[in-house]
Amino acid sequence: MTLFAEYSQVLFVLACVFGLFMAWGIGANDVSNAMGTSVGARALTLKQAICIAMLFEFAGAYLAGGEVTETIRSGIVELDVMAQHPDLFVYGMLASLLAAGSWLLIASMLGWPVSTTHSIVGAIIGFAAVGISADAVQWSKVWGIVGSWVITPVIAGVLSYWIFRSVQRLILHTDDPFANAKIYIPYYMFAVGFLLSMVTILNGLKYVFTKHQLEFSFLDAVVIATGIGAMVAALGIYLLSRITEDKTADKSRRFASVERVFGVLMIFTACAMAFAHGSNDVANAVGPVAAVISVIKSGAVEANAPIESWILLLGAVGIVIGLATYGYKVMLTIGKKITELTPSRGFAAEMSAAATVVIASGIGLPISTTHTLVGAVLGVGLARGIGALNMRVIGGIFASWIITLPAGAGLSILFFYIFKALFS
Amino acid sequence: MAFANLSNLFGRSPIKPMQEHMALAVKAAGELVSFFEAVTGDDWARASEIQQRIVKFENEADAIKKQLRMHLPKSLFLPVPRTDLLDLLTMQDRIPNRAKDIAGIIMGRRMTIPASMKEQMNEFVRVSVAAAEQSLTAINKLEELLETGFSGRELAIVENLINELDAMEEKSDQLEIGVRTSLFALEAQLPPVDVMFLYNIIDWVGDIANRAHDVGGRLQLLLAH
Repeated sequence: MTLFAEYSQVLFVLACVFGLFMAWGIGANDVSNAMGTSVGARALTLKQAICIAMLFEFAGAYLAGGEVTETIRSGIVELDVMAQHPDLFVYGMLASLLAAGSWLLIASMLGWPVSTTHSIVGAIIGFAAVGISADAVQWSKVWGIVGSWVITPVIAGVLSYWIFRSVQRLILHTDDPFANAKIYIPYYMFAVGFLLSMVTILNGLKYVFTKHQLEFSFLDAVVIATGIGAMVAALGIYLLSRITEDKTADKSRRFASVERVFGVLMIFTACAMAFAHGSNDVANAVGPVAAVISVIKSGAVEANAPIESWILLLGAVGIVIGLATYGYKVMLTIGKKITELTPSRGFAAEMSAAATVVIASGIGLPISTTHTLVGAVLGVGLARGIGALNMRVIGGIFASWIITLPAGAGLSILFFYIFKALFS
Repeated sequence: MAFANLSNLFGRSPIKPMQEHMALAVKAAGELVSFFEAVTGDDWARASEIQQRIVKFENEADAIKKQLRMHLPKSLFLPVPRTDLLDLLTMQDRIPNRAKDIAGIIMGRRMTIPASMKEQMNEFVRVSVAAAEQSLTAINKLEELLETGFSGRELAIVENLINELDAMEEKSDQLEIGVRTSLFALEAQLPPVDVMFLYNIIDWVGDIANRAHDVGGRLQLLLAH
């Protein structure tokens, strides 16, 4: 393939640059929504939130982001059809990246929120369906992905409703909420550690250790995850033991001390949220990169090309840089505006959102973290836990779907034809 | 375009403003105790001062009420029904209105309380205002009710407060009957127009307790879900 011989270096560099650009955008925009609940509930200071985000977004992206990346690379387009046009495939993936990244930039400048997931998926569908042929898209899988965008906020909502009800029953409605909080919260911490470990071990690590073909049986995974969960809970118990009941604060607000205990729990769920977000969203940046790289390396479109772990690393680094350079500003703004969320609510919402997102990452479903979080918060509101929720946001979510998908597709088609003209 | 950003999800919770409104409402009613003491002590200068304060508190309560009403659109999802909350607000607001009416008419007509009734009247005002303060204690529990999701132990505590409020309103009713009886015994010797206005005032003071009782009743409806 003369195309690749001549231009392989250029295409390689372009792929990496666009991927980094997109990852930067994700770090700058999306992370703030994931971590905003923690800052708003005053469970973390901005600095702590940024540190946690940097560490765990990276970890999530690298250790658990492989499955979704694989979906973006090969789960949306029909690889058999693409195999006949490897050059168009490469242009298309580059165009999708550039389109999604530019849409991210435009929307940020206009102050509109945009889902990076929806942008990249829309862009890929756009170039494949229009630029190549309608057969080039795995429509059944696409409907599955779109369906998951509707279902995951609902699942997160149901989960958060029940988590919050359990908190009410076990802790808030009892005679001594403070003591009960210290007893039951370590179980929630265990659950967080267990869940994250399970997803990482079962589905994430095989992309990190591609050379070693690391395979864990389900039982192995359960044992290791239980161990990690226990360690997390132990750490939690230690941190909780350092919180003492503040009787004077309790006079004015009966639950002040209990909320501080929940604040510790929120640190763990914030880590989980950052991890989950990294695991699901890194694919938006590096999925297309992985596609391009695999074609360049082998000269043809292959169904079983493994995702190279350095690609996940690239995405992870990009996200962290985006967060450090711009994302913290957005987080500050969001954190200031959320004043009504206390740690007991924030924890329920974050835990269910993180669980939903990380399980979706394990299955390989690209979903919107922000919308999932909105669903989770609504679930807590349904349990009558929040003072006032603005339902117009739901209208905003529908509007963003209607706008983002065509916008991403349109831009992607545009760039696709430009690349096609440039390189052939 | 409405935003799907996370911070736009949270609206302004009406709970704190409801509590602030009630605090001002009961402050206005609370001034009635010292107002009546000034009136029965013939200290009209001080009475005038206190009346100004009552008017001020009532105006501040009205301002909060307007703000609350403006910021409760139908698109806001609340832990309790929006109409119930607005009804509760209206009930709360009737307390300072009555207090303002009482102070206003007494000042306007320079009404004097017959000497033999003075102590009885002051006691009656104290008990009526105490009922209002009890309703404030109940309303102040709204924040904690929100914390527990409007169920559980907090609910039982508030229901107890409302039961106590019922008892206080009963007591105020008893005292009202006592004051009316005293006036009935004196009414032939007093100017008839003054007597009618005195009956009016007695009615209105009893209203303070009744309206506080209504607030408790509305609160109970709010919680019964």
